Amino acid sequence: MQDFWKQNQQKIAPWLFLAPGIIMFLLYVIYPIIGSFQISFYDWDGLGQKEWVGVNNYIELMDDEAFYTSLKNNVIWLVLYMLAIPAGLFVALFLNQTVFGIRLYKSLFFFPFVISQVVVGLVFSWFYDPSNGLMNIALEAIGFDAIPVLADERYVTYGIIAAGLWPQTAYCMILYLTGLNAIDPEQIEAARLDNAKGWRMLWYVILPQLRPATFIAMVVTVIGALRSFDLISIMTDGGPWGSSRVLAFYMYEQAFSEYGFRMGYGAAIAVVLFLIMMVYITFFLYKMYRDERGQ
Amino acid sequence: MFPTPIEKTSRLTQVFYKVALPLALILWLLPLIAVALTSIRSAGDINSGNYWGWPTSFNLVENYTAIFRNTPIGQYMLNSFKVTIPTVIGAVALSCMTGFALAVYRFRLNLLVFFMFVAGNFVPFQILMVPVRDLTLQLNLYNSWQGLALFHIAFQTGFCTLFMRNFIKALPVELIEAARVEGVSEIKIFWYVVLPLMRPAIAALSVLIFTFIWNDYFWATVLTQGAESQPITAGLYSLNGQWVSAWHLVSAGSIVAAVPPVAMFFLMQKHFIAGLTLGAVK
Repeated sequence: MQDFWKQNQQKIAPWLFLAPGIIMFLLYVIYPIIGSFQISFYDWDGLGQKEWVGVNNYIELMDDEAFYTSLKNNVIWLVLYMLAIPAGLFVALFLNQTVFGIRLYKSLFFFPFVISQVVVGLVFSWFYDPSNGLMNIALEAIGFDAIPVLADERYVTYGIIAAGLWPQTAYCMILYLTGLNAIDPEQIEAARLDNAKGWRMLWYVILPQLRPATFIAMVVTVIGALRSFDLISIMTDGGPWGSSRVLAFYMYEQAFSEYGFRMGYGAAIAVVLFLIMMVYITFFLYKMYRDERGQ
Repeated sequence: MFPTPIEKTSRLTQVFYKVALPLALILWLLPLIAVALTSIRSAGDINSGNYWGWPTSFNLVENYTAIFRNTPIGQYMLNSFKVTIPTVIGAVALSCMTGFALAVYRFRLNLLVFFMFVAGNFVPFQILMVPVRDLTLQLNLYNSWQGLALFHIAFQTGFCTLFMRNFIKALPVELIEAARVEGVSEIKIFWYVVLPLMRPAIAALSVLIFTFIWNDYFWATVLTQGAESQPITAGLYSLNGQWVSAWHLVSAGSIVAAVPPVAMFFLMQKHFIAGLTLGAVK
């Protein structure tokens, strides 16, 4: 026994170390993914008997207006959330100085990311409040009518995205601040001698060196956009009339709806969301694979 | 340094920058400042619509004691700690081991196992929701901090493994090889050679996971119900429903909920940012 361990410990040891992590991950992540795919072919209220319905849930999805509203909103989220990247870069460039107290400024600018999205949602609902919210008071002060952002189908999704951009910009800012810190000062000096300034310097010298930061910022922003749930749940609960739903929220609503749990239908929505996310995950893994091989 | 250091610019730009900095900060944090100010107003001010004028009285103590006295916010906070602390310990412990295994040993499935953790960490929560809720019900852990913590430990292990593995990969291999030549067993190498070097990574992950889990709302609503087991995020949502237009109380509650992660961030800022910006520089 002892000899066996001594001879083979380099083969066995990795699996010993991996076992608890892998078991937990299989049980709570991998197996549920497979489970959701299965459930999406059933009609199930979460308690009683499951009834096999084949692809009926998916067929129903294709005729479901709410599904298309959610999908459309997901696309809007995905596109507008990307604004967090240039905005974060802008704030980072603004703060990348060494004046007195700048460290505190950087931390305070980062603040919105540290607090919960529930709090961000409450803060912004309050900010948009039609009668007493700061935004509408400001609008009225300069002669406009108040806009009930969260009660108007036309604006509601944009209003929620604006709230989401607040912490997301802070996140991108911190990524870029770290990236800017690591830029080779000699290259900048060399470029300055060549008379590179302002935008040209930013575009041709700085941004190429910030590519790793931009990549991470894109990954976290895409994931953040597709995961959007908290803000919608807090600020509008999907309303008015379901116009601010996204897939993540619609799935939850269907699975735990007040008119009875529709787990199968919910699972089918989740599968669609998962497949969209898979595109990004595959891309990310492919890039990681290339980097690993490159080493 | 880019942009040009402000000290090297004209007088005018310098003055402009020094004025712009605090103004930008106030603008950036305006929604939050508004909440902080509202949380110390009186109910009278709120009812008469005096949100932005000078408060008729400062009710800092009254409002904050009121939310603790009249609502289960203390219980919510306690529940949050009961979920968050075991999750931090569990996820960090598991990922120290998985990260070590994936960084140090060469074996055929290495990259596959690693990619499983990385990919799993990015999946949408909804694809896990129904089966995880089911599993938690079957384990009789629905509505308990244990049920939430177990799920969080498993899920966070994905991100933590990515982090730990890359951290250990950057350590000098010679240390481990020298120990092997001395005949030190693999388990002792992990415990005595590698683990002490992982302290900065452990610190970084601990603060990050603390914040992530504290701020989790989705799983709190899926796996718990009612004040005896709900964490503060889900609790705030229920309180918001009960406190319609009692904005001074909603505000005070929001501030209370934000205190632990904010305190964690300010105390461990260096580690927090190191963890968050992993991979942002080559």
